[in-house]
Amino acid sequence: MPDKSRTPKIELRGIKKRFGPKVVLDGIDLTIEPGTSLVIIGGSGSGKSVTIKCILGILRPDAGRIFVDGVEVTHAHGRARDTMLRKFGMLFQGAALFDSLPVWENVAFGLIQGRGVARRRARDIAIEKLAKVGLGPEVGDLSPAELSGGMQKRVGLARAIAADPEIIFFDEPTTGLDPIMADVINDLIVSTVKDLGVTTLSITHDMASARKIANRIAMLYQGKIIWDGPTSDIDRSGNPYVEQFIHGRAEGPIKMEVRR
Amino acid sequence: MNIFAPIGRVCLTFLAQTGRLVVFTLNALTSCVRLPIYWWLIGQQMMRIGYFSLPVVGLTAFFTGGALALQIYVGSNRFGAESFVPNIVVLGITRELGPVIAGLMFAGRVAAAIAAEIGTMRVTEQIDALTTLSTNPVKYLVVPRLVAAVVTLPLLVLVADAIGVFGGYVVSTESLNFNGAVYVKNTVDFVTRGDVTSGVIKAAAFGFIIALMGCYNGFHSRGGAQGVGAATTNAVVSSSILVLAANYFLTSILFQR
Repeated sequence: MPDKSRTPKIELRGIKKRFGPKVVLDGIDLTIEPGTSLVIIGGSGSGKSVTIKCILGILRPDAGRIFVDGVEVTHAHGRARDTMLRKFGMLFQGAALFDSLPVWENVAFGLIQGRGVARRRARDIAIEKLAKVGLGPEVGDLSPAELSGGMQKRVGLARAIAADPEIIFFDEPTTGLDPIMADVINDLIVSTVKDLGVTTLSITHDMASARKIANRIAMLYQGKIIWDGPTSDIDRSGNPYVEQFIHGRAEGPIKMEVRR
Repeated sequence: MNIFAPIGRVCLTFLAQTGRLVVFTLNALTSCVRLPIYWWLIGQQMMRIGYFSLPVVGLTAFFTGGALALQIYVGSNRFGAESFVPNIVVLGITRELGPVIAGLMFAGRVAAAIAAEIGTMRVTEQIDALTTLSTNPVKYLVVPRLVAAVVTLPLLVLVADAIGVFGGYVVSTESLNFNGAVYVKNTVDFVTRGDVTSGVIKAAAFGFIIALMGCYNGFHSRGGAQGVGAATTNAVVSSSILVLAANYFLTSILFQR
């Protein structure tokens, strides 16, 4: 169990966000201790991505406060926001590689643009990070469009860890991959997290992935965290919503909004 | 049914859009003067949106100059003033048609390309990725395009002026039996520095409008391929209309005296 006396790495208090009349987040409270691998599960459109974007300041929450390392970052801008963002790395759902740049520059982007590392030095680091995700140096000179989905995810992971972040976000790391590649990515995530000792927050609806990478799972439903606990407890949560979700049943308390 | 509801909705949407555009413009302008400045990207954009627009702008200017010479010849012929063809061609090209034709071609080529590229980056989360890599997307994407357009469109207009006048010269000497030397002398003697600089000032404003509309529409595109398509269309249509509107107002300001 994480030490309660330490400052939480990330803390959300009563985060609310709506788009027009649609309430997406309805008061999220979440505390992530250092070294935790938290996975947020939830159906499509339950607000998982919005939560992550609020923490990163890409979206502004309508209400509530966000703390990173005990410092409030809810309305951070300018230099305070830069300092905050430097602690983060993120793997996007579609990898979001810059298609105008070769693979190595994608990986080194945060080093060159964000921290002013010299290009030659940044390239060496990029090759080293690519090796960490199982890609050879020859991949560095390819363009992202020449890579398969699984390789793009690996490059995305290399880019996320390139600047040695303290916190890594994974947005649907296994979506769109075949089961074997999905497991390879899961293993990579587990081993990099262990190597770097970072705090991670992942969002997924792939339960196999969640069980593998999480040591804590939270479930988001209708803009609220309805269950939160260690991964080992997920099968005896006693929560009908969680039960329905992890077993993937169409019948249950969660009603999909399907218009006929 | 309440007839005021749709009217109100349209007004609110319009106000929200205007507000967003103003905020975006101010953000882009302040980002232009804050470090870091990506010199290499500015150079790259100058190549891509400026230099590679030369053929399009040159060809359209040539044919416009030729058609202008023909029209003026036919018109002035009615009261025996054919000798004024070179004077009116150079005036029309430098003051009006050079900047406007180059601006419209630039709008079609550059606003569309910018909106499509930035729009695709938006829908594939590349813009969010820039943010997570400690890079301000406005500084990295918008500023180089704005600066490149404001610098290169005036240069393109100077080229368009020269080629347009040349188009008029070719038509006049080849099919209207003008003497080449006299045509050139009349052109050079008549045109003033003010005629050319007014066109160049207009061009800088047009370049700003075009790059801004491309970036704005790309940045605010949503959805997938359809959203990017809509953003591209909006960028071209709105920048073309704004270029023509700005042209009227700039003309009325610049030629007051």
